[in-house]
Amino acid sequence: MSTALDHITRVRGVRGAMLVSAEDGIVVAEQLMEGIKGGAVAALAASLAGRLRRAMEAAGTGTSVFWHLQAEQGALLVVPGGNAQGGILVVAVAEPDVNIGLVRLELLRAAESVV
Amino acid sequence: MADDIRALSAQLAQDPQSLVFLRLGEALRRRGQLDAALRVAMNGLERHPHLADAHDLYARILTDKHDYERAFDEWDMAVRIAPNHTGALKGLAFLYFKVGDLAQAEAHLENARKVEPDDPSIDQAIAMMRRGVSPPAPTATAADSTTAASSTAGSPTAASSTAPAPPAGALDEARVFSGLEGANEGLLLIDGAGRVLGGALRDRAGSDVTDAVAAYLAGVSQEAARTAKLLGLGAWNGLSAEGQHGNVHLAHPTPEALLLVVRERGMPLGRLAILAQRATIMARRWLEKT
Repeated sequence: MSTALDHITRVRGVRGAMLVSAEDGIVVAEQLMEGIKGGAVAALAASLAGRLRRAMEAAGTGTSVFWHLQAEQGALLVVPGGNAQGGILVVAVAEPDVNIGLVRLELLRAAESVV
Repeated sequence: MADDIRALSAQLAQDPQSLVFLRLGEALRRRGQLDAALRVAMNGLERHPHLADAHDLYARILTDKHDYERAFDEWDMAVRIAPNHTGALKGLAFLYFKVGDLAQAEAHLENARKVEPDDPSIDQAIAMMRRGVSPPAPTATAADSTTAASSTAGSPTAASSTAPAPPAGALDEARVFSGLEGANEGLLLIDGAGRVLGGALRDRAGSDVTDAVAAYLAGVSQEAARTAKLLGLGAWNGLSAEGQHGNVHLAHPTPEALLLVVRERGMPLGRLAILAQRATIMARRWLEKT
C-alpha cells in the first residue's frame, strides 16, 4: 500500500496521499505533509464521495471514476477504487499548479494495485 | 444513439402529446435521418403549432435539407411567437447572410446578443460577417463540439437551438441558461436546501431525474467548502467528476446555490469546466435579477 502512495506523492506538487475507507471515512494508509489533518480530510472526502456517487448514479452518469475538487490554493483529487460504496478511496492533496493528468494516472494505478 | 432514438420513439408513442418529439426530431436530425426527423417535427407542429421550439426544430431540419425558403418561414414564425428565441434569431441571421443581406444578418445577431450578451458565438459570427467570411451551413453534427459551435458562428445549430427541449413545466426555468450550448438539458441550478431553481436533468433513458439529483446534491456546496477550508486550500471553485457514462461539473454561482453541468463521457473535463464557467456567469446574473 505504501508503494502505491509513494508513486502519487512523487508527483511534483502533491502534498500528500491517503487510502480511505469509502464506507466509514477512516484512514487506511497515509503519506501526508506536516499540517494536513488526515483523519478529518478522510471523513469529509468519504462523505463528499458518497453524495457525489448517489447524485451521479441518479443523473445516469454511472459511478464516479475520478473526481477533483478545485480550490484557490490547491486541489483534492480522488479515485474511488473497487465497489465505490464499500471500497477504498485513493486521495491526493495537491498544490494549485499540479499536473492534474499525471496525478489522475497515478491515482488510477494505485486504485488498481490496492483493490 | 440508436438506443436513444428507440427510447424517445417509445416515449412519444406512449404520450403523443408530450414534447419529447423535440428531442427525437433533433436526435434524428443529428443522425442525418432527415426525412424521419421531418415527419416527427411536422407531427409535433400539428399538435403544438404555437411552440417556438417546434418551429425552430423544423427550420433546422429544412436547413439541413437546403430548403432555405421554408426554413426562413419557420424561423420567422418562431420569432413571432417568441421574439427572444436566440436559436431562431441566429437561424434568420444565417439565412440573411446566405442571400447577401449583411445588414439584416447583423441586425438579427445584434438582437440575439441583447438576449444572450455572454454568448461568444454571436460575437464571433458578427466578426466573421464583418470580415465577409461566410459561416458554414448548419450541419447535423455541428453542435457536438465547441470548435464546431464557434466555427459555425451564425449558424443556428451553434447553441441553444440544438438542445433537446425540456418538459413543458421546465421551459421557463430552463431559460436561465438560454443561449448556452445544450441549454435545455444537463444543466441544473439548485439552492442550498436542494430545491430546484432552474434547468432540468434527464437520465440516459430519458426519465426526468431533476428532483432526485437535486436532493442528493443538497449540502454538497457546504461540504466542499468545509473540505477545502480544512485542507487550507481557500475557497473552492469547482468540482469535476468523471463517471462511467458521463462527466459532471459542480460550481457555486453564489455561496448557497449550486450549479451542476452533466455531459456525455465524450466531453473532456476541461471543456466541461469552460462550459460550467459560462453557465455560472449566466446563473449568477439570473439569480441577481430574480
